[in-house]
Amino acid sequence: MPKNPIAGLNKLFDNRIRLGVMSILAVNEEVSFNDLKQLLEVTDGNLATHLVSLEDNGLLKVHKGFIGRKTNTTYSITKAGEKALSEHIQALEKMIRGMK
Amino acid sequence: MNEQTQSLEAIQDIRRLMNRSSRFLSLSGLSGIAAGGWALAGAWLAGRRIGSYYDDYERNGYSLAEFVRLKQHLLLMAAAVLALAMASAFFFTWRRARQQGLPMWDRTARQLSINMLIPLVSGGLLLLALLRYEDANLLGLIGPLCLIFYGLSLVNASKYTVNDIRYLGVLEIILGLINTQFLGYGLFFWAIGFGLLHIVYGFIMWWKNERTDTKG
Repeated sequence: MPKNPIAGLNKLFDNRIRLGVMSILAVNEEVSFNDLKQLLEVTDGNLATHLVSLEDNGLLKVHKGFIGRKTNTTYSITKAGEKALSEHIQALEKMIRGMK
Repeated sequence: MNEQTQSLEAIQDIRRLMNRSSRFLSLSGLSGIAAGGWALAGAWLAGRRIGSYYDDYERNGYSLAEFVRLKQHLLLMAAAVLALAMASAFFFTWRRARQQGLPMWDRTARQLSINMLIPLVSGGLLLLALLRYEDANLLGLIGPLCLIFYGLSLVNASKYTVNDIRYLGVLEIILGLINTQFLGYGLFFWAIGFGLLHIVYGFIMWWKNERTDTKG
């Protein structure tokens, strides 16, 4: 019966930026690249790399759109992403509680 | 032990980003206090202007030109109060955003503005439409409708900023609805709703969130 709290922890979320992206997408329907950049205070290249890895793992969806002629890429969380994030948070809680 | 603090930091990070990305948190209580002050000053001036209209009415009888002028003056005063209140709200909020190191105009500020403006602009246009009439009862409804639409816009906006303004909105709506039964006292209710409530609420918000403003 003793469960390993580490089980729910997601390796992908060890990185603060990836965890940040997921937290923002969890409470907002759709967020643009620029808004993510502003909220997380990161560079374009850095953010883009992390977004690709989250997308490859099926945790977020990318929507490519246009505002006038400018491209407007927005991101939203997938069902799998929601599940992974909530399991990760539960595991974090367990680690905090378990080690008192 | 180290893992424990790391987990705690991660959870705090998650919470902070969830909050910051969905709500505009730099709204300052001081802007409420300032808006209330302008509103009281405006109500006092408007009261004097209406008093002088009635003095003239007693002496010279009804004159359409005088009445139209009164409406114009009151409209100008209301616009001035609105402009001053918005300018000070903008200033105090800008100052607080800077203190918190947050951007003044971001996604959350955009959402807050749009959702606040929808009921506010609808109400404003309705009031401008009513101003064309001379029926005293219709004009008497302007005060209550100001309060009701402003309350609705606060309730709507509260989803995108600090939750406190939701209750302020509800109070404004109730006050506006009561006012519909006492049409002659519009200015009195206006002063309570836009003046007193703003000052009290601004003070509560400031006390709760800004008095010890160290972190966002």
